[in-house]
Amino acid sequence: MTEIATAQPIDASSAPSSGQRMRAGTKIYMYASLIIVAAIVIVPLISTALGGFKTLGDLRGNPFGLPDEWQWANYGDIITSQRYWLQMGNSLIIALLTVFLTLTFSGMAAFCFAHIRFFGANYLVNYFLIGLMFPAATAILPLYIRIRDLGLVDTYWGVVLPQVAFGMGASIMLFRNYFRNLPSELFDAAFVDGCGYMRFFWHVTIPLSRPIIATVGIISFVGSWNSYILPLIMLNSESRYPWPLGIMIYKGEFSTEWQLVLAFITLTILPTIIVFFLAQKHIIAGLTAGAVKS
Amino acid sequence: MAHSKWPVLILFLPPALLLFTVLVILPMGEAAWYSFYNWNGYGSPTQWIGWRNYQLIFRNGAFTQSIINNGLIVLISVLVQIPLALWLATMISSRIKGALFFRLIFFLPYVLADVAAGMIWRFVYDGDFGLVAGIWHFFGAEPPFWLADKDVAMYAILGVIVWKYFGFHMMLFIAGLQAIDKSVLEAADIDGATGFQKFRLVTLPLLGSTVRLSVFFGVVGSLQLFDMIMPLTGGGPSNSTQTMVTFLYNFGVTRMQVGFGSAVGVVLFVICVTLAFTYKRVFMRND
Repeated sequence: MTEIATAQPIDASSAPSSGQRMRAGTKIYMYASLIIVAAIVIVPLISTALGGFKTLGDLRGNPFGLPDEWQWANYGDIITSQRYWLQMGNSLIIALLTVFLTLTFSGMAAFCFAHIRFFGANYLVNYFLIGLMFPAATAILPLYIRIRDLGLVDTYWGVVLPQVAFGMGASIMLFRNYFRNLPSELFDAAFVDGCGYMRFFWHVTIPLSRPIIATVGIISFVGSWNSYILPLIMLNSESRYPWPLGIMIYKGEFSTEWQLVLAFITLTILPTIIVFFLAQKHIIAGLTAGAVKS
Repeated sequence: MAHSKWPVLILFLPPALLLFTVLVILPMGEAAWYSFYNWNGYGSPTQWIGWRNYQLIFRNGAFTQSIINNGLIVLISVLVQIPLALWLATMISSRIKGALFFRLIFFLPYVLADVAAGMIWRFVYDGDFGLVAGIWHFFGAEPPFWLADKDVAMYAILGVIVWKYFGFHMMLFIAGLQAIDKSVLEAADIDGATGFQKFRLVTLPLLGSTVRLSVFFGVVGSLQLFDMIMPLTGGGPSNSTQTMVTFLYNFGVTRMQVGFGSAVGVVLFVICVTLAFTYKRVFMRND
């Protein structure tokens, strides 16, 4: 990185769009700033991953550097343990169910709001908008009692259904705005050809809506994968815990053995980091555009 | 009629409507109802105590502290996070080499779960094994235990919040900067404006709506903050790092004080709705 910062010749092609040439001093200042901020972001993450390879004594004396001796067993024991895969599996099941229900329920409702004129449509849209105004935490106790009375405490559904319900406001808005911007000629043409609403939804709307399906899917997947408060309240048995709860339990068990906790954290966030680097364009666009448009 | 709209409405609307009503709207209504009772959640609420729960909330020092902390989070978001995000966004948008790489790195903390971020920083701040301890040892000083110090813990948490969320705000500003008409900046160039003048007089005013949006997300995020606090301090020491949601959890949920916890929920709800409405009305009406 430092190489780029110092040895970069200034030429017209790399000059900024404003037409002014960037001076070497400005460039050095920029790279220095960016690298410092990047270091602040990265160092805690790298030290966490490296810390997982150390002994506790090594960690105490040398929290930043490379391990004296690489303790592969720290990671090995976790990755061969049942609890790690169980938690990852639980998180995955909960997230996939959440994504599936969010997409179908809010996609179908949004289709009605976008393409069908019916009495009370606007009231219903505003009704769903209420869901955007407060977080699930505000109603968490009555929600728990409701889930308990439905017999869903300590089941995946007890987490999935509230997540779907609280994500509904935003997903419906995203879908509706997208559906409404599809060219209306499509609908007229299909209608003339004798295509009903249902077939139109299946054969025209859904195939044309891949980008928004991806956006809503990413938002609800990431939200569910990372969620903590709902599983914390709805689940009792450790065998159903998703990984954020698992981290807390693990830390409780191995409280002072930081090297193990660090290895555990690293392994649990690894899937997120890998997927993020593989699909970064879609994830960044989905999470930011999604937030702005809803 | 061949293409009646009723079948589709009857099939497509009820799932969403039912789930939303049963799990979002009704619980909120019930929270308002339960908040007037002293109830442990079993049987049905019978012991009506009027506004007592609300009086208890506002007399509780930990709740006052949680409101102050929520305010602090908003303040830090406006005074530190947004300027930082804007500064980085302008650099990254200036088309330097490696911009994509930096953008990726800066956004990374935002994708991580709050719980994981909180746990990582608990390690960073650890006075025995953490990075802070390492730095202090390097200078031959006795390392501090920030998270155990009630005067410092909240500031330590504010640092984590900025670390976790500045990348998201930066992305908002990058999008905002892209939307600015380049010809306006060229016109400023022709008029002989310096870089800083262009920024202050052209770019910044045109980014107004992004700034307001960014502040809005800061406020909303502050009101929901829970996941990150739990691994860091759990609201302690001496309730110095409670937010409204951790207060609700620690005082309502863990003790199964349904009435009291619901009342906290209602207060939070009123604050959320009031802020959302006034903010949209006052600051974002032109956006």
